[in-house]
Amino acid sequence: MLGIIIGVASVIAMLAIGQGSKKSIQGQMSSMGSNLVFVMPGSQQKGGAMMGNSNAQTLTLADAEAIQKQCENITAVSPEVRSSGQAVFGNKNWPTSIYGSNEDYLSIKKIDVKSGRMFTDKEIKSMAKVCLVGETVIENLFGKGADPIGQTIRYKNIPFKVIGVLSEKGDNSFGQDQDDLLLAPYTTVQKRILAIEHIQAIYTSAASEEKTTEAIAELETVLRARHKITNPDDDDFRVMSQSELVKTFTSISDILTALLGAISGISLLVGGIGIMNIMYVSVTERTREIGLRMSIGGKGKDILMQFLIESIMLSVLGGLIGILLGYLAAAGVGSIMGWPVEITTNSVVLSFLVCSAIGIFFGWYPARKASNLNPIDALRYE
Amino acid sequence: MNKRSIIEVSQLRKDFHVGDVTVHALKGVNIDIHEGDFVAIMGTSGSGKSTMLNILGCLDKPTSGDYKLDGVSVADLNKNQLAELRNQKLGFVFQSYNLLSRTTALENVELPLFYNPKVKAKERRERAINALEAVGLADRMHHTPNQLSGGQQQRVAIARSLVNDPVVILADEATGNLDTRTSYEIMDLFQKLNERGKTIVFVTHEPDIARLTSRNIVFRDGHVIRESYVADQLIAADILNTLPVEVDQL
Repeated sequence: MLGIIIGVASVIAMLAIGQGSKKSIQGQMSSMGSNLVFVMPGSQQKGGAMMGNSNAQTLTLADAEAIQKQCENITAVSPEVRSSGQAVFGNKNWPTSIYGSNEDYLSIKKIDVKSGRMFTDKEIKSMAKVCLVGETVIENLFGKGADPIGQTIRYKNIPFKVIGVLSEKGDNSFGQDQDDLLLAPYTTVQKRILAIEHIQAIYTSAASEEKTTEAIAELETVLRARHKITNPDDDDFRVMSQSELVKTFTSISDILTALLGAISGISLLVGGIGIMNIMYVSVTERTREIGLRMSIGGKGKDILMQFLIESIMLSVLGGLIGILLGYLAAAGVGSIMGWPVEITTNSVVLSFLVCSAIGIFFGWYPARKASNLNPIDALRYE
Repeated sequence: MNKRSIIEVSQLRKDFHVGDVTVHALKGVNIDIHEGDFVAIMGTSGSGKSTMLNILGCLDKPTSGDYKLDGVSVADLNKNQLAELRNQKLGFVFQSYNLLSRTTALENVELPLFYNPKVKAKERRERAINALEAVGLADRMHHTPNQLSGGQQQRVAIARSLVNDPVVILADEATGNLDTRTSYEIMDLFQKLNERGKTIVFVTHEPDIARLTSRNIVFRDGHVIRESYVADQLIAADILNTLPVEVDQL
């Protein structure tokens, strides 16, 4: 019965952890905006890495503007440039990244301004040296809970005035800290910090989740026309949408969960074989008892039922204990590792049914053997 | 006096096929047993007495000839029908008691009634209690076999054989595992049951035990070679009085 307990426990725990992390990823992703469509420079790789090559220089501001003008299904567009370096305030410094964008960036990426304000179009035009900061930067440069607004920090030796604080977002599902950033006008980052003419990504928002496919098609058409690309295989850019990412991750997660479940299922099988062995031994040990029962009127099917029921009870009992243990294990792992965990009713019901089936299937042959015993021989058995 | 015929065996043959060899275990046996008889079937190993008992007990079927139990011929019955017949008409007492070890005396006695769908739980319990009282073990009904002596276990087995009110009790070397004194106590019980009208067929190889029954049938090589009424049938109760009393019973 131990095999059944372990088998069921591991199936339940694996499925719970798998389901939980899938839900968590889905939750994270939808909090990032399900209409999100973004473009990265660099060629597509079939089935390869999902990130484009940000060192390529093929995306320009003009591309972003064209997309904004010509794509009906796209409601907001922002270019993105970024750079990594030291941010300094007083005697504290902190390695972080600075992102350059326009005002639409906030709505596209579902970022809120907690205090202060976002930079204006005028400040973008004038390449103003202003920025908003994330919580992690505040913690490390100003101290937790301090108000940085109005202060000046230096990034790569360029002074930036803090005009706003971004709301906390926590870690994303890849483990990256989403609060570790500075946000500034893209013109500032592009010209003053990076000194480049191209941009590193274009972030857009599709009109709605349903229109995402059309939005992507329009976007690709515009870019191919501008970059003079006739064959889609020659694309020098890569378009990714949030919903696509979610689908990919969900299917990966499902496959992993199924795999884990299958492996656990094997231990269930082992448990079933264990039950079959126990029942065979039981039948052998009780041969005289079977002979006695037959002699006083027990029919073959009475004996069959008797042993089959015993077998089912063994496996169902093991299943119940296993479900309990699996639940505890999943909750324990969840709280230790910080992974979310979800026990679905499906997995419990499925385990229960599987246990009963195992009890019937693996108990059948020993029970059958018992019912076919010859009472005379059975009574004589030593 | 026309007593009811319980067992009617005519021209019974039983053959066993062991590999290439055919063993003729019973070679044409005729037996008549009526209600109230107390019969001992005797013979050495290989005489065919065990085979005869198996056939009388409906655990095996004859190769040819006829066996009627309480007027019903077993020749055309299938395994399930034989099982029902055993349940309704027969009581078995074995040499090694064959009680279920982790169940109480009461539950052991109830066992045959479990296989009788016509008897409900309450009636089952009552009949079991009555059977235990008839063998003098009412005060031990909740003991398990490992808490009972050999003689007491055999009494429980006898109670079990009575619980479905059978037409005949078949006993196979019922005193084989018991010491002298306990053997006579059990024979005393059988004699009292017989006095109350129970038909008993007792297989034994011990002449002393056979003298406690009223009729002896002797088997040899698959035939009945002698059949007689016992002159001067011994009374077990008398013998018990003459036996030395056990030291720890003083």
